[in-house]
Amino acid sequence: MQEFLQQVVNGLTIGSIYALVALGYTMVYGILKLINFAHGELFMIGSFLAFTLIVSANLMEHIPHPVAGLVAVFLLVALMVAVIGLILERVAYRPLRRSSRLAPLVSALGASIFLQNAIMLVYGGGYLVFPENLVPNIEWSVGGINIGLMRVIILALSISLMLFLYLLVQKTRLGAAMRACSLDHDTARLMGINVDRIIALVFVIGPALGAIAGIMVGMYYRQINFTMGWAYGLRAFTAAILGGIGNIPGAMVGGLLLGILETIGAGYVAAAWKDVVAFIILILILILRPTGLLGERVAEKV
Amino acid sequence: MAMLAVENLHVSYGHVHALKGITFELKEGEILALLGANGAGKSTTLRAISGLVAPRAGRILFAGKDLGKVPAHEIVRMGVAHAPEGRRVFATLTVEENLILGGYSRGRDRKGLEETRRQVYELFPRLYERRRQLAGTLSGGEQQMLSIGRALMAAPRLLLLDEPSLGLAPLLVREIFQTIKEINARGVTILLVEQNARAALRLAHRGVVLEAGRMVLAGSARELLGDERVKKAYLGEK
Repeated sequence: MQEFLQQVVNGLTIGSIYALVALGYTMVYGILKLINFAHGELFMIGSFLAFTLIVSANLMEHIPHPVAGLVAVFLLVALMVAVIGLILERVAYRPLRRSSRLAPLVSALGASIFLQNAIMLVYGGGYLVFPENLVPNIEWSVGGINIGLMRVIILALSISLMLFLYLLVQKTRLGAAMRACSLDHDTARLMGINVDRIIALVFVIGPALGAIAGIMVGMYYRQINFTMGWAYGLRAFTAAILGGIGNIPGAMVGGLLLGILETIGAGYVAAAWKDVVAFIILILILILRPTGLLGERVAEKV
Repeated sequence: MAMLAVENLHVSYGHVHALKGITFELKEGEILALLGANGAGKSTTLRAISGLVAPRAGRILFAGKDLGKVPAHEIVRMGVAHAPEGRRVFATLTVEENLILGGYSRGRDRKGLEETRRQVYELFPRLYERRRQLAGTLSGGEQQMLSIGRALMAAPRLLLLDEPSLGLAPLLVREIFQTIKEINARGVTILLVEQNARAALRLAHRGVVLEAGRMVLAGSARELLGDERVKKAYLGEK
């Protein structure tokens, strides 16, 4: 039982990272009906930019307080990746807004390859290693379950960000405008909503969340590589499908669930089966319930 | 000066030439009925006025300003609200959220929005009863009320109504038309697209008849109701 609970806690940690990345997929899909295949790359770029700030620019040395230093890293990287997201939308997707649905998809794949190779050229193809002790190595034991400080940070930060996003989308006027755009662009425009601006906003929020996830993966696993966006992107995409693509709470639930299932699969079967679990879930969901767990809750009357 | 002037308007969808030069005017305080069969170009005319489709040629002047290059989300700020064909309510949002979005163009004018919302609920008490319900769960008639109420939330000077009676039971149609009359009496100018020509002409001051993207008739409602061609083609009389 104790071992099982330990696996669940481990799964929640990685799952909350999947959830943050999945939100970027699901929000873009919700509003443009486009799978932004370059999103995993934005996550990866978040890791690399954090590495640059921490290791190459020695940012942590310049800011006296370690917590303030980390906060600065998170904010700066989120901002930079949000700008990259905005540029991506402008360059790769907006010009194709009125073409067939296949064209932006191909453009997304192209953008993904471009970003991956750009990072490889700048940082090299090998692994980069984050420094130790960015976060003190403290570990607690609650009822026999071990949980380290870094895990607590990952869980707390992801869950607060998700809560914030949920409230923004569900409770504010701007959130209502975002939901309106994902339902019907033309009618949203009739309401006076600048749809282009809402789309741009989605390309700020999604990449910023992805970047934060990227930094946390760098700090937690410490090794980063230019191909990591693919592996995490695929997991997060699976999580988005699992929850129901286009559905924001769905991405959160899907991410956490996928993290738990994967960890349990790895813990009880074999670590090498982690990928198999993720792909089997993706295939099963696509066959049995393509709308996902939370997809299409409301029947629309015609 | 006319509130709305449409001058020689042409609109194309790809190779389809939907409007082939339409000209009409709408005076302040008027109800103008835009009549015609399916595919005559009625909805396209409304979509061009509210900026959803771009004119290929011709001009649309609202209060003297050319709407040609103004984006749709700015046109509603100028005072033109559009209750589109098929109601197009935001199905997974509540009735109240739909109304809030209807007033989106007015920014943070809390007091004014509150007052307009009260008026909309007064006009459509059914919407008030269902304000927490998802719009997709409303009946067809209620969705139509919501679509009109949502457009009113923008506090428009000109209201574009596209087929408000479509698919509604006769009793409800009468109710909706009564409400349109009341909205007009409160000072809102109305451009009404309708298949139900008789009901529309009873309500409107003037009418314009479109056929295959061209204007074929225009006149006062009384004239059109008495016109032999209108009777034959649109009123179902022999």
